[in-house]
Amino acid sequence: MAEAPDVDVVVVGAGPAGSCAAITLARAGLSVVLLERGPFPGSKNMYGGVVYPRILDGIIPNWWEEAPVQRWVTRRSTMLLTPTQALTVDFRSDAWGAPPYNGATAYRPDFDHWLAGHATAAGAQLLCSTTVTGLLRDASGKVTGVRTDRPDGDLTARLVIACDGVNSFLAKEAGLHGPVDAANYTLGVKETIALPKDVIDDRFGVRGREGVDVEILGGTSDVSGGGFLYTNLDTIAVGVVLKLPKLAAQQRRPEEIIARLKAHSAIAPFVEGGEIKEYSAHLIPEAGLSMMPKLAGDGLLVAGDAAAMCLAAGIWLEGVNFAMASGMYAGQAAVEAIGRGDTSLAGLAGYERRLADTFVLKDHRKLRRAPKLVLSDRVQHLYPQFVANVVEGMFRVENPAPKPGLRRIVMRERKAAGLRIRDLAKDAIDGARTFG
Amino acid sequence: MSMQPQSPWPEISFQDRMATARFDVGERAHIVVDGKACADCSTKACVVACPANLFVPTSDGGIVFNYEQCFECGTCYLVCNHEGAITWTYPDGGHGVVFRRT
Repeated sequence: MAEAPDVDVVVVGAGPAGSCAAITLARAGLSVVLLERGPFPGSKNMYGGVVYPRILDGIIPNWWEEAPVQRWVTRRSTMLLTPTQALTVDFRSDAWGAPPYNGATAYRPDFDHWLAGHATAAGAQLLCSTTVTGLLRDASGKVTGVRTDRPDGDLTARLVIACDGVNSFLAKEAGLHGPVDAANYTLGVKETIALPKDVIDDRFGVRGREGVDVEILGGTSDVSGGGFLYTNLDTIAVGVVLKLPKLAAQQRRPEEIIARLKAHSAIAPFVEGGEIKEYSAHLIPEAGLSMMPKLAGDGLLVAGDAAAMCLAAGIWLEGVNFAMASGMYAGQAAVEAIGRGDTSLAGLAGYERRLADTFVLKDHRKLRRAPKLVLSDRVQHLYPQFVANVVEGMFRVENPAPKPGLRRIVMRERKAAGLRIRDLAKDAIDGARTFG
Repeated sequence: MSMQPQSPWPEISFQDRMATARFDVGERAHIVVDGKACADCSTKACVVACPANLFVPTSDGGIVFNYEQCFECGTCYLVCNHEGAITWTYPDGGHGVVFRRT
């Protein structure tokens, strides 16, 4: 390189991936600029749920003593809805209400801001209100920095780590993405609803900092997707996740789909009477492994949502943990590559190796079939009704008629739902292969 | 709006809903919509899908678009089936949606 670059590494985006990358790099003594287009880290970020923080143990010991958490998730419910029925599997663990905790609800503007604070404390330079408009490259095509919308805003580096979120224009500009397909994305829309803490505690059956996460299948009208409902300290969040092509192909708007979910007899008692404090929306890279871009190029690594690392696998819905881990591993690989003086694609191979050796790619590979199965028409539109009718048949007392027996109920409801045995068997095998 | 089942409490107006979110509006329109391209579009998927309801059909078959209360989600350009109709960038640094801290 003819001239020394401005910094060792530019990290684009101060979300959980970018901040964990910057923490790792700065602690290793490298010069790091962390760029954020919002006025503060987290200002552009929302999600539908829960931070699973285990990966933080190795980054910020005893993080739970300082992280801006709303509630610790001690109750996890999975709810199946039809227009007039609800079936809930509800799990509670006291262990999840004590250190080291399993999951937490948090406002992302709070959480991401806090995490970025650790990056600056480690020595990274955080530049907010700075939008990256493109990549800088040398004659060979190697990424050598970024262009920003600041005056004289070019910033050169040995390496760029793109943590620029679900739309990742940097990874696209670098040619790391295949054709962009709307079917790989869902739209998350959410209402944050204010209610007094004691009302939330009573409605959800929790005390103190205990919290609840409810994941909902079947509450999204004709659109494939899912719903969610979870507790913050003195607000609750309710929302839906909608598959884009299905959303586009019908006439109900996102806020109307939330309104219908909120009006459901199983949901209304949790949310009624509260005032909407904030309405928000964000895209989710839903399709998992099948939509992942190449994770590295010459002088470039991609982490977090920018690399489609959300895990949307039905009963598991995770993202922030994948972002934090992939950012940390990108940071480690960058330290290694810069130490050896080789930030080419080959020199950055340590990134993908780390992801492949850990949950980041292992979970995505194991559950690679899940996003498609979960959003399939039968799972979305036939099984909730079928299962709910079977359960209703089990518990309905039709005296003087005797109890029909489970087998007869299943066969009756299968026919009523128009489900073929062949499809049931296929999906059962599919399900076993997907989640087994 | 026909809603089945009926909401047990009054829904707020869309204007009031959007007023709950904070936007620090920049001078440059970060999304530009080519209304001529929209006139040929029969699906207009953006109209139903945009969570901020920023795409409004006009009587002559086009689209009027307002960038000011945009969540910057990306739904519109992904569902749009007319290449070039939507030019989508991020707002200038510091501008656009600002989600709330406690």
